Amino acid sequence: MYNFEFKQPTTISDAVNLLKSDEAQALGGGQTLIPTMKQRLASPSTLVSLTAISEMKGICKNDDGSISIGGGTTHAEVASHADIFAGLKTLAENIGDAAVRNRGTIGGSLANNDPAACYPAVALSTGATIVTNSREISADDFFQGMFDTALEEGEIIISVRFPVPTSSSYQKFVQPASRFAMVGVFLSKFADETKVAVTGASEGGVFRWSEAEAALNENFSADSINNLSVDQNDMISDIHASKEYRAHLVKIMTQRAIKGAS
Amino acid sequence: MTEVTMTVNGKTVSGSVEGRTLLVEFIRNDLHLTGTHVGCDTSQCGACAIHVNGKLVKACTMFALEADGAEVSTIEGQANDDGSLNVIQQAFKEHHGLQCGFCTPGMVMAAADLLKTNSKPTELEIREHLEGNICRCTGYHNIVKAILAASGQDVSNIAAE
Amino acid sequence: MPKDSGIGAAIKRREDARFLLGSGRYSDDITLLNQTHAIFVRSEVANGEINSIDTSEAEAMPGVLAVFTGEDFVDVGGNPAGWLINSRNGDPMKEPKRPVLAHGKVRHVGDAYAAVIAETEQQARDAAEKINADIKELPAVIDMASALSGKNFVHDEIGTNQCYDWGWIEDNREATDKAIKNAHHVTTLELVNNRLVPNAMEPRCSIADYNPANDDYTLYTTSQNPHLTRLLISAFVLGIPENKLTVVSPDVGGGFGSKIYHYGEEALVLAAAKRIKRPVRWTATRSESFMSDAHGRDHVTKIELALDKDNNFLAFRTETMANVGAYLSNFSTVTPTILHGTLMAGNYAVPNVYVNVKTVFTNTAPVDAYRGAGRPEATYSLERVIDKAATELGVDPIKLRRQNFIKPDQFPYVTAAGLNYDVGDYDAIMDRLEHHADLKGFAQRRKKSEAAGKLRGLGINSYIEACGIAPSNLIGTLGARVGLYDAATIRVNATGNISVMVGAHSHGQGHETAFPQIVADMLGVDPDNVEIVHGDTSKIPFGMGTYGSRSLAVCGSAIVRGVEKIISKGKKIAAHMMETTDDKVDFEEGVFSVKGTNKTVSFGDVALKAYIPHDFPIEDIEPGLEETAFYDPQNFTYPAGAYACEVEVDPDTGQVTIESFAAADDFGNIINPMIVEGQVHGGLAQGIGQALLEGCTYNEDGQLISASYMDYTMPRAADLPSFIVDHTVQTPSTDNPLGVKGCGEAGAIGSPPTVVNAVVDALRSANHNVTHIDMPLTPERVWAAMNN
Repeated sequence: MYNFEFKQPTTISDAVNLLKSDEAQALGGGQTLIPTMKQRLASPSTLVSLTAISEMKGICKNDDGSISIGGGTTHAEVASHADIFAGLKTLAENIGDAAVRNRGTIGGSLANNDPAACYPAVALSTGATIVTNSREISADDFFQGMFDTALEEGEIIISVRFPVPTSSSYQKFVQPASRFAMVGVFLSKFADETKVAVTGASEGGVFRWSEAEAALNENFSADSINNLSVDQNDMISDIHASKEYRAHLVKIMTQRAIKGAS
Repeated sequence: MTEVTMTVNGKTVSGSVEGRTLLVEFIRNDLHLTGTHVGCDTSQCGACAIHVNGKLVKACTMFALEADGAEVSTIEGQANDDGSLNVIQQAFKEHHGLQCGFCTPGMVMAAADLLKTNSKPTELEIREHLEGNICRCTGYHNIVKAILAASGQDVSNIAAE
Repeated sequence: MPKDSGIGAAIKRREDARFLLGSGRYSDDITLLNQTHAIFVRSEVANGEINSIDTSEAEAMPGVLAVFTGEDFVDVGGNPAGWLINSRNGDPMKEPKRPVLAHGKVRHVGDAYAAVIAETEQQARDAAEKINADIKELPAVIDMASALSGKNFVHDEIGTNQCYDWGWIEDNREATDKAIKNAHHVTTLELVNNRLVPNAMEPRCSIADYNPANDDYTLYTTSQNPHLTRLLISAFVLGIPENKLTVVSPDVGGGFGSKIYHYGEEALVLAAAKRIKRPVRWTATRSESFMSDAHGRDHVTKIELALDKDNNFLAFRTETMANVGAYLSNFSTVTPTILHGTLMAGNYAVPNVYVNVKTVFTNTAPVDAYRGAGRPEATYSLERVIDKAATELGVDPIKLRRQNFIKPDQFPYVTAAGLNYDVGDYDAIMDRLEHHADLKGFAQRRKKSEAAGKLRGLGINSYIEACGIAPSNLIGTLGARVGLYDAATIRVNATGNISVMVGAHSHGQGHETAFPQIVADMLGVDPDNVEIVHGDTSKIPFGMGTYGSRSLAVCGSAIVRGVEKIISKGKKIAAHMMETTDDKVDFEEGVFSVKGTNKTVSFGDVALKAYIPHDFPIEDIEPGLEETAFYDPQNFTYPAGAYACEVEVDPDTGQVTIESFAAADDFGNIINPMIVEGQVHGGLAQGIGQALLEGCTYNEDGQLISASYMDYTMPRAADLPSFIVDHTVQTPSTDNPLGVKGCGEAGAIGSPPTVVNAVVDALRSANHNVTHIDMPLTPERVWAAMNN
């Protein structure tokens, strides 16, 4: 790994200031960034750890019923919190392994936007709002493709605000080696609409399967998507799954999510 | 180089490290606690699993400086006060839960973490909790059995014959 | 002697305490004063011509002490193949040189062509990036069939990618062809035995120390056989006199074959330590392990089984292409041939067997013996084609196997593949398996699975292996360039406790516990008074190490022979002490006695006398009580077993889960059943891993795609069930004094076809016309098989 200067600010403003320097990079739980740096694929000159910023941690229920989760909150904390809705709990419980869940953070996961990460699916499916040090970004605008987000240089995720669906389900088909999602489908059922977000499958990163949503808004049943399919051409192909198989799994996992949320 | 101080197995230790010094490197190379192992470079094998502030973490995926001021415990701190094997370690020995021994420290740390929050885990819960610990020797059978036994549960159903 | 502490007792392992307390001493745990660090620069292309390597920038980097390239090793030898295999036409195999560092060409991704030695690991790594190599990428040779037909060679100097074209047994070829031609039924199957990466959890590590005053070297290295490593370095690679090189393999974190071999990194750190006169260390990252450890398996095979109208087996004919990678690793040539072809009769009384193996160079990492080594490949082919035949003929797969088993009264039985099986009882093993597998309840379980929307399948297999890889006179005729005996020195100390120095190496097998059980049983002493010393060429006799399930059968037998010598010498001393002649002395339960009298002396008194020989008749009895024995058996041992597996398949996704797994094995006599069971569990996990999860994948450019645990699926706890294992059938080997056979590889040999048979059975239950799926049976492959 290349060397760097390590900084661990305790306030958001200090962190933001430190991130203004050239080639500074934010460090969340490090569960993706540190392995990347070991391969010498990233070479920040300054690493600004966000883990000592207490105002970025914790989970709370807002007056409008939504839930806010601090960007520095670990997956384990999310998984074990009483106020978390079912699908999100399942999702957090199944990220990586126990040790990874004790370090990895929601903010780090969303900022990285790995095409196979789980958190982008729940954020997009629930229509979450990503709150940064400078603005609020809706999930629909936040995810901009594989490893690409609306975050500006030096901008950090302070918290994420999730509208709470009336029912939800996350169905993850794991890539057996990495345990990331080979296909993960998060379905959120709200009073007025259903949203389906798919991770792990697409070259473009997490996406909403709008045809399935339309069908489910019409008739919320697993059968209502029987004749639908996602475009294979957009799917990822690798040694674990072809485009065709991933497209098939998107449908199967969506049907399971429908049943799971019924 | 930056000074770092932490409590490791109840003892305050310090040293000077680079930003890039991993916690596992500090533990092995500076503290000479070589029971914590490195088996991969993608944060998956769990041979380096330790507890930091009471939580199971992979010491290869954390910088030493991130543990400044932390309470760290490693395999070397697990024995009973008189140096004898603790309940989990004894169960691993009793049920042949280790062969080459390389993954063992991480397994013991992961098991201790599980039993702290789940005093009577099921076989499935144990297997799922070991997701981040890879063993190439045992096929996990006897590790699972050892952890069940360490939690005081009957293991006759997991008997080999 | 309490019966529960000697042979047959499930004694808890004494080595466990140090591993459980974090006090193990693995190579990477060793820190030498003034040590330096080596980093290797490895090829990023599969095939390339090295035009130039500019090291000047690297040499100028902070902390750099030396830089090596292939040029530094042109005058030394290469790492040799340990076994000469001749082609069918009599031509010897092609043996291109395997240099310490690549020279002229790089031949696989990960092929090391330079090394940097620096004060710290990070400095060495930083400097390694500054080595400017001009390497012209050439088209890669990856696919075996194209390698054989093409004109693009991995080694230009040999003008072919074929190492050899081997026939076994060539004299049986015509008869086999004829039997197949005239058979009532022939079942044919084409299959791939997937390439695997051994993945011992401890990455390789080598540390060299050089003492200029004595001109001697010490190499600490992760080896399964330190003497063989020393021999290879001394006799073939660097020419360091054997007496000037000590090889120490301390605690080793698993091997599974991959640490049998000598690797260039060991030679490099030795050469570097001499040049800079300081210790030099190197520890592989896991990524390096993936690229540079010897891989396993990688066969493409066509097998045919001929049967008569009564379903008797008439012939097995096999054609295999075996990938050897870019260079010949030490046992790479014997693995796909002798360890594979000779097993192609399986457990069956089949009159005709013929095997043809073409071994092929490709631009991939070297392939060599991995747990099972050739025998899993043989078993997989046989047991898959037998299962397919059972389906085609509509007969019960167990019945078909039983009908063709070699029967107990036929032993010793010389198979059509040339091996002489000494003993066995395959029906008895199958009986035990049927007992555990509850076959009668299967239909009910299948119904239950179906009600839950899952397909359920049952797979059966039987296997045999040749273990205790040894008999020097036999392997010599088959092309071995080494002898494969083993050795033990029994040193009875003056105070009566015992140090046993052994040639075998324990890296998980529990020798420190099991070997003392033998000594304690024979001498009537407490096993805690027996200490095993292994892994250091300066302390142990010249033994050949641990692989091929040989440690107990060969080294354990050397221990027996050594202890017999101790008893014999002890009798002389006892006779002197009791004023009689040694032919009148008996030894039992730790006591020497004079026949027909009540005169006795204890073993401890004899030991003490041996070292305080004040009144010895020195002409007749030497002082001391220490004996060395070398043991070389007459034959292989032949463990055998039968396995059953039940799987569930999710028809929507193709996901396979193992619902149950039962293994019944005959390992002959058992020294420590607890350790035996553990060995079987581990083998099963690796075999199930091969069947369902693990696949080493290169793309057509020779890039290693499954290059880390992110893409190479290691079996995890939740991927596996608890296992039922049974070793109550025990037909003791007639070829070693312990009657043992070896258990280390069985699980990995027997389980892959069992799992695949079960999955195919599950798919057939839903009327899918699937006869075979290549391993690993990933969800996608199973799903595709159902939907094609």
